[in-house]
Amino acid sequence: MSLLSLEKVVKTFGGLTAVNRVSFSVEAGSVVGLIGPNGAGKTTVFNLITGNYTPDSGDIRFNGVSIRGKKPHKIVEMGIARTFQSIRLFQNMPVVENVLAGCHCRMKSGIFASMLRTPGQKREEKQALETARKMLEFVGLWEQAGLLASNLSYGKQRLLEIARALASGPELLILDEPAGGMNDQETAELLTLIREIGKMGITVLLIEHDMGLVMRACEKLVVIEYGTKIAEGGPEEVKNNPRVIEAYLGVEEEECEEIRNGDGESPC
Amino acid sequence: MNQKHVILSILLAFFACFPVLFDNPYWIGVLNDIWLYAILGLSLNWIVGHTGLFNLGHAAYYAVGAYTAAILATRYNVPILWAMPLSGLAAGLFALIVARPIIHLRGDYLAIVTIGVGEIVRIALENDVFGLTGGSNGIFGIPRPEFFDIRIRRPWQFYYLIGGFLLLTIWFFYRLEQSRFGRALNYIKEDDTAAEGSGIPTAYYKLAAFVIGAVWAGMAGTLFAAKMSTISPGSFNFWESVLVFAIVILGGAGSIPGVILGAFLLVGLPEIFRNFADARMLFFGAAMVLMMIFRNKGLLPPLVRKYAGVVRKRGGLA
Repeated sequence: MSLLSLEKVVKTFGGLTAVNRVSFSVEAGSVVGLIGPNGAGKTTVFNLITGNYTPDSGDIRFNGVSIRGKKPHKIVEMGIARTFQSIRLFQNMPVVENVLAGCHCRMKSGIFASMLRTPGQKREEKQALETARKMLEFVGLWEQAGLLASNLSYGKQRLLEIARALASGPELLILDEPAGGMNDQETAELLTLIREIGKMGITVLLIEHDMGLVMRACEKLVVIEYGTKIAEGGPEEVKNNPRVIEAYLGVEEEECEEIRNGDGESPC
Repeated sequence: MNQKHVILSILLAFFACFPVLFDNPYWIGVLNDIWLYAILGLSLNWIVGHTGLFNLGHAAYYAVGAYTAAILATRYNVPILWAMPLSGLAAGLFALIVARPIIHLRGDYLAIVTIGVGEIVRIALENDVFGLTGGSNGIFGIPRPEFFDIRIRRPWQFYYLIGGFLLLTIWFFYRLEQSRFGRALNYIKEDDTAAEGSGIPTAYYKLAAFVIGAVWAGMAGTLFAAKMSTISPGSFNFWESVLVFAIVILGGAGSIPGVILGAFLLVGLPEIFRNFADARMLFFGAAMVLMMIFRNKGLLPPLVRKYAGVVRKRGGLA
């Protein structure tokens, strides 16, 4: 059984079919990339998985359980954590509290326990802080834990988003364009980080424009265009798929060559 | 003990001894009002300050609490202090029903709807709803509260009753602020979508903020009814909501000391400047405009929470 499977998922906005009968699955422990040109419907697929949109038809299953129509916070609780394409941190709160947001769904203390500060509540707070510290050390931001999130550089804010997502203890981590706005060095570090996340046993679904990163990080790629899946397979397979080359990677032969070599930027 | 603790202790000692040092019923009465508005401000602080939901109808919950207590005390002979938790619950239940359908509204839309809620409650009370509220005359002859055989009737006795409840409120609310509950509300204020996407049940917490605010406003309403021994719809009009809202915003949204300072300024200062009573609204208006320009987080904005092992830092790009 796959960890995540989409079955003929359809989503329309008015007359526009943003996602048209898309099916694919993500196996536990893998790193899967979802690619496609701008406006292909990648982020819509993403929002369908995370519960921000509900599919018009079709089903999305996580660990065999349908997550269709579930609220985003419920889906996080079930084990799917996400980052945002446009950074959405709690800018006026310290870095450590941003990560504690991720811990929230793994905590239980209610209003009365907090008002009375019961031993259980105190223990839980301590554990949450410990989790937050581990996650921040993992992405290398523990030193900045006391800074407001808005004081971090762009690249570091992206890392903080990953730390926040990891703090919820996910089985599946979905990264929406994590390399956006990062320089080459930061992207290289991100690649290492994604591999380490994979080693922790967390499955990663990556939506990314940086082809270099996608080709190197992912074991499997799903390509969509105009809301329809046009290819699926290993990076090599997809790279040489004529439909992908034609539809997504560009029509000019030189550009395709560049991308085949694995170091080129996306033409889009 | 650091400097902050010293200042707090001195203030606490001063206000604890105030009725003994100054045997002046008028100023003790003014302080009673300030404590009451501080409790109201702190209750609204959950909704406006921590969660960032504009509630301009807080007087509605205050009224529900006051009337519940008054009805229980005058018709069913329930001792008014015993009625306090019940009126808190009544106000909380009312908030649960009223806030549920409007909780998803944002900013100005929510503000308008909450003004409506406040007005509906006031007009319902004026029209003697269920034949219980006594119309525009209200309810009078509310018995004085009794606290372990002591009949509370003099201003200084109320001073300790209301002041004591304020301290209890601060004690509970400070702890709640420092917990995952307080953080969850702040995440929602900062970014609703990101909070939901990080696993915070935003709808639940928004409603919880409303309910806890209403419960406390309802209990403050009981104290008000007990203190006045007469209540009427006029005490729960739109300006009452605006005043409490202004206390929170001016003092410092999300900050307990800020809200208390706000209550001192907005309730206490008008008493000091009684001679200029006519110009009061003009002064408030000007003060609010200046605040929004120069100190839009309030006079005493909330401090960042402390965490063991986390060094608090400011400034600079990291």
